[in-house]
Amino acid sequence: MTIHRLFIANRGEIALRVIRTARRMGITTVLGVSEADRTSLPTREADEAVLIGPAPSSESYLSIPRVVEAASKAGCDAVHPGYGFLSENAAFARAVAAAGMVFVGPAPETLDKMGDKLEACALALAAGLPVLPGGEVASRGDLHARATETGYPLLLKAVAGGGGRGMRRVDAPGELEAAYDLASAEAEVAFGNGAVYAERFVARGRHVEVQILGDGTSAIHLGTRDCSIQRRFQKLVEEAPAPNLPDVARNGLEQAAVRLARHMNYRGAGTAEFLVDAENFSFYFLELNARIQVEHPVTEAVTGVDLVEQQLLIAMGKQLSLTQDMVRPFGHAIEVRINAEDPDADFRPHPGRVTRAAWPAGEGIRVDSHIASGGEVPPYYDSLIGKLIAIGASREEALTRLSRALGALKIEGLPTTASLHRTIAADPRFAAGGVDSHFLPGILP
Amino acid sequence: MSDTDLPLSPEDVAEIAAILENSPFREIDIATGRFRLRVAKGDGSDAGVTQEWQWAGAGGEVAAVVASAFADDPDAVAAPLPGTFYHAPSPGAPPFVAVGDKVGPDSVIGIVETMKLMNPVHAGRAGTVAEVLAPNATMVAKGQPLIRLS
Repeated sequence: MTIHRLFIANRGEIALRVIRTARRMGITTVLGVSEADRTSLPTREADEAVLIGPAPSSESYLSIPRVVEAASKAGCDAVHPGYGFLSENAAFARAVAAAGMVFVGPAPETLDKMGDKLEACALALAAGLPVLPGGEVASRGDLHARATETGYPLLLKAVAGGGGRGMRRVDAPGELEAAYDLASAEAEVAFGNGAVYAERFVARGRHVEVQILGDGTSAIHLGTRDCSIQRRFQKLVEEAPAPNLPDVARNGLEQAAVRLARHMNYRGAGTAEFLVDAENFSFYFLELNARIQVEHPVTEAVTGVDLVEQQLLIAMGKQLSLTQDMVRPFGHAIEVRINAEDPDADFRPHPGRVTRAAWPAGEGIRVDSHIASGGEVPPYYDSLIGKLIAIGASREEALTRLSRALGALKIEGLPTTASLHRTIAADPRFAAGGVDSHFLPGILP
Repeated sequence: MSDTDLPLSPEDVAEIAAILENSPFREIDIATGRFRLRVAKGDGSDAGVTQEWQWAGAGGEVAAVVASAFADDPDAVAAPLPGTFYHAPSPGAPPFVAVGDKVGPDSVIGIVETMKLMNPVHAGRAGTVAEVLAPNATMVAKGQPLIRLS
């Protein structure tokens, strides 16, 4: 089949990103928007826009009946869910299919398995991948028993989770209950499922992930990304390929990801996330994100592959047109997330108006943003206002371009993470490459 | 919604930036009925180029809750940021505090959910809860009094 009218069930920069590729492919885009996004840039850029509901996401972007009805009424033949919101919701994928439209993403059965982090780990084990000790916390009374198995520090994570929502680090037994309540409440709000599991926390870890593409029969990888610089378990800086990783570790990670994708006949774009020991490079499977990732542009920059286009082609039922040999990554790319948050006040989110947005431009610079001068950052959604990607023939060149771009970037009207990124880009340890998850806490005030 | 008025792709902007960088000019300013784009060199010899977009009609409507002036009540615990105020950690759970409860500076009195994050609100000082001012699950502005202590 061919997609003619694509409904975009998302907002912000990723909505804009999907519109761009769809337009290039000759596909008409229909964007579903909430009342808070009526005047947003994606709303103007889409071929058509329809109102799906009030500002709170539970009544708009997270409402399966409203989104499916809007897409159906608009006469769309496919739905792209972007990331976050309903992107990994199996019930949504089924509802889209039941309404006679194509869901641009993996099969609902895959979403079921990957959406349950415990089942995903079981599947990874079956595919021969190493995983961390841990398990579900069935109730509050179950907490301490689980903690005994994992030891301290441990991580509480949302079973339905992703993107750091519903995730808390716990260092001592006294903090366990309070952390559990917050994690569970956050998970409930973000995913409509408050279930939480506990997992051993690896102290000096790097977060390395592998981009995969599968058509249900064959699967390939598009190399690694390093996302070790995170706050509140949300990524701030991502780069491709992962720097200072021995070839044997890199190959091991890439092959493990492909093995998992083949084991489950994966169809779509996905990301296998791993925790890599920063000292001996042993690795553990964490989760498989069955969607496009925020940080996908760094992979696009080094491989030349348009991942959204690949998603759409796979959704049309086409076989992968790429073979593993055709993917020849070249150069290096670093992405920094510019969030409306105050890095000097514990990353407190700061909705409001951007009075001026002067984004960088020029050779080796890509900006994915929905916020222009006068743009509004509503309090209902996440704080990402744009991604700055610097690309070079070498990591050194990418970093030089990043520093220069960060020097030129001006966002006025609200605090952003740009100041922190300038500090990171100027740090000799970051310049050396391969920092672990301790790096960011070490440079924060 | 888009029309055919001079569509500029990111590739076009990159090309404009390249032309500018290799020229003696400082900036290029393009204005149409839909948008204004200013591509400019920064100050200094090695400053990067920036792109600044302004869209017609943008910035008219403010969807966010804007903090208004609140009477400065020294006994009030104010919202540290705008968002949805919750009395309890989860629906159906008992509230963090009720009238008559004694609290310390680190006591959590509620949660403000902003941009999908649960931000615990601390009392900030010791006292007794005299009144809960903001109803459960309502939007509050930054600085809005949530509870009053005595």
